[in-house]
Amino acid sequence: MTEEPQKNETGASVPEESAEPRRDFITGASAILVGALATLAPIGAAVVALIDPIRRVSSASDMVLVARRAAVPEDGSPRKFTVTADRKDAWATYSDTPVGAVYLRSVGDEIRALNVVCPHAGCFVGVAPDDSRFACPCHRSSFDLDGVVNDPASPSPRDMDALEVEVRNGDEVWVRFQNFLPGREEKTPV
Amino acid sequence: MRDLLGWLDHRTGYRGLLRSVLYERIPGGARWRYIWGSTLMFAMVVQLITGVVLWSAYSANAQGAWESVWFIQNQMAGGWLLRGIHHYMAQVTIVLLVLHMMQVLIDGAYRAPREVNFWFGLILLQLVLGLSLTGYLLPWDQKGFWATKVATSIASMTPVVGPSLQQLLVGGTEYGHLTLTRFFVLHAGVLPAAVVLLIVGHIYLFRRHGVTVPKSAKPKEDGYFWPEQVLKDSVASLIVMATVLGLVLWSGGAHLGAPADPAEPYAAARPEWYFLFLFQWLKYFPAGWEVVGAQVIPGLVLALVAAMPLIGQWKYGHRFNLGVGAALLGGIAMLTWQARVEDAADLDFILAKAEADALAERASDLAALPQGIPITGGLVMLRADPLTQGPRIFEANCSQCHRFDGHDGLGGQPDDAPSASDLAGFGSREWLAGLLDPDQVATETYFGATAHARGRMVRFVQRGVAGFTPEVRADLEKVIMAVSAEAALPGQASVDADHAAEIVEGRQLFSSEAIDCARCHTFRDISDGDVGPVLTGWGSREWVLGMLHDPSSEAYYGEDNDRMPLFGVDELLTDAEMGLVADWLRGDWAGQRTPEP
Repeated sequence: MTEEPQKNETGASVPEESAEPRRDFITGASAILVGALATLAPIGAAVVALIDPIRRVSSASDMVLVARRAAVPEDGSPRKFTVTADRKDAWATYSDTPVGAVYLRSVGDEIRALNVVCPHAGCFVGVAPDDSRFACPCHRSSFDLDGVVNDPASPSPRDMDALEVEVRNGDEVWVRFQNFLPGREEKTPV
Repeated sequence: MRDLLGWLDHRTGYRGLLRSVLYERIPGGARWRYIWGSTLMFAMVVQLITGVVLWSAYSANAQGAWESVWFIQNQMAGGWLLRGIHHYMAQVTIVLLVLHMMQVLIDGAYRAPREVNFWFGLILLQLVLGLSLTGYLLPWDQKGFWATKVATSIASMTPVVGPSLQQLLVGGTEYGHLTLTRFFVLHAGVLPAAVVLLIVGHIYLFRRHGVTVPKSAKPKEDGYFWPEQVLKDSVASLIVMATVLGLVLWSGGAHLGAPADPAEPYAAARPEWYFLFLFQWLKYFPAGWEVVGAQVIPGLVLALVAAMPLIGQWKYGHRFNLGVGAALLGGIAMLTWQARVEDAADLDFILAKAEADALAERASDLAALPQGIPITGGLVMLRADPLTQGPRIFEANCSQCHRFDGHDGLGGQPDDAPSASDLAGFGSREWLAGLLDPDQVATETYFGATAHARGRMVRFVQRGVAGFTPEVRADLEKVIMAVSAEAALPGQASVDADHAAEIVEGRQLFSSEAIDCARCHTFRDISDGDVGPVLTGWGSREWVLGMLHDPSSEAYYGEDNDRMPLFGVDELLTDAEMGLVADWLRGDWAGQRTPEP
């Protein structure tokens, strides 16, 4: 094979290396601009789609029927109840599906509800075996039965999240079930 | 052939490329200490291959993730091995990364002119940790779900952008389908692509600057990458692979927990062992300081490590860096050890873990039944399982008064002494025989702690039955068989079938003069008595459901109902819940049957 001047597909001679291309600012800037224009639409569409979840705000819940009053222990010890509600998850709709859980406690005539999720890092808070307090199994957050932080070393920045409760028709316990951002002092709904 | 390769070389120049790849000169020759980078490369290739094949069977959605991983693990030929290799190679990769970094640090290979490559390596380290974190969630089991919740909670603590960042990661405000699709695209798309790009850059820069010959090394002749170093690298890779296979075989494969459930606590939530130090670290930060512990300090440490090449230029810089490296490694080891020690001494954690393992096994057993996993997924399957749910419902609603085999259904002990019968084996001959035993009827196991303790039934047993002649006692045995047969307990089916004749006889003897249960109880076509509960169908599913629904109805205790709540009438339990607890009490569940207690 003999050396031939290299040619590109159209047959035109490729400029030799010695011939420095002219540094034309306008051409360069145009190239970048046109290229950017060409990719604008796909990148724009991608970004918009990717950040879609941010514009979805929590469907701040209506009141949900969680339990009958008689099912809440009268002695003031907390009992866990699963909260079931209708839920839409992306493309799927679930009816009456567990969405979380609450601790219900009867204090005098009142029923109080606490979200089971730890305000520290989002674990599921448990009840100490002797029903005396709430204890998180992850990072040792500790709360009294009112959900108030009861240990100076507790890493939780705030008390357990109390939820609005309404007793309807005498014996139906309705709760406005909501989750809140963990790891901050103020209660910010998710 | 030669001509063909010649043609190919002319068109592609592959020979030159191959030569430059293989015959890289190694000053001072091949050495064992150079293997770490290559073993990591090997690990990445293994993860890529096993990962792509896992991908071919994985489904990233809330009703498909656990289910498809279960399928890979239990049904696909070699699936457990494939997943096991992927799982354990990920862990070994972390170890290799640490070793690689130690070698780079000790040999001073991070210093000029190799700063940029050190930074590439640091980014790679974080990408690999990102792969671990995202991969942990993909099986969508309790363990991954709750551990990842903590991780995204930490992301949400980032000042200003935190909540948005979390929403971006999670794909909304709650964990769901989009959490999986997003974690999956990170795990199988974005992060691996970034890893490949950075590895290309890493190797390019490595080739540009060459190996760092340790000062202490004995001078040797120069060598070449091929074959001397490649042989050493291959041996090392083989050892890595053997270790991984050993781990897979020793552990029986990667673990799969029970399906993720946002409504069920998981007290055994722990991250993978190489994140345990961070987990432990977080315990030491009191309220208000989480961000410092979870983000600021780790960020500063990372910045310090990134500054090592610059610090290294200082006279004592290298020693300082070695000191920092040793302190970090030591600190991480100590925190990890501390976390382990605390968990090992934490009875609640140990119990939670045992419970989680049992639940995982039950979920897997259910999935393996002929009816398999329903379209609604593994979680719905598990929620409809009497063996799993029965004890929970019993503990929450029944154990204030009743016991099950002496405990609260879940193995615990309620504060108060029992005030109603022990329901383990309810419906069985043994249970009924105990009730009709003069020595037992007034104990806590039966009516001893109830309002019926001085009732007609106890009187009948203690005075009447106690005085039965041996013949009548034998007849009573048959009555017990007959009444217990009403329950049609699955665990007693074969015994009932064996005693068909005695059962027929027992039905007649129910109203016999000597025994005369019919004085108080209605049974089949004998309906003289309406004092005690109807015993037609006693202990059957329908009977138990009726009792739960309304114990104070005429067919049950009527006005004599002690304190039993009207679970159905008052809507304290749903029909489904009552069904689950009834099935559990009757030992009626799918899959492995445990013998009647």
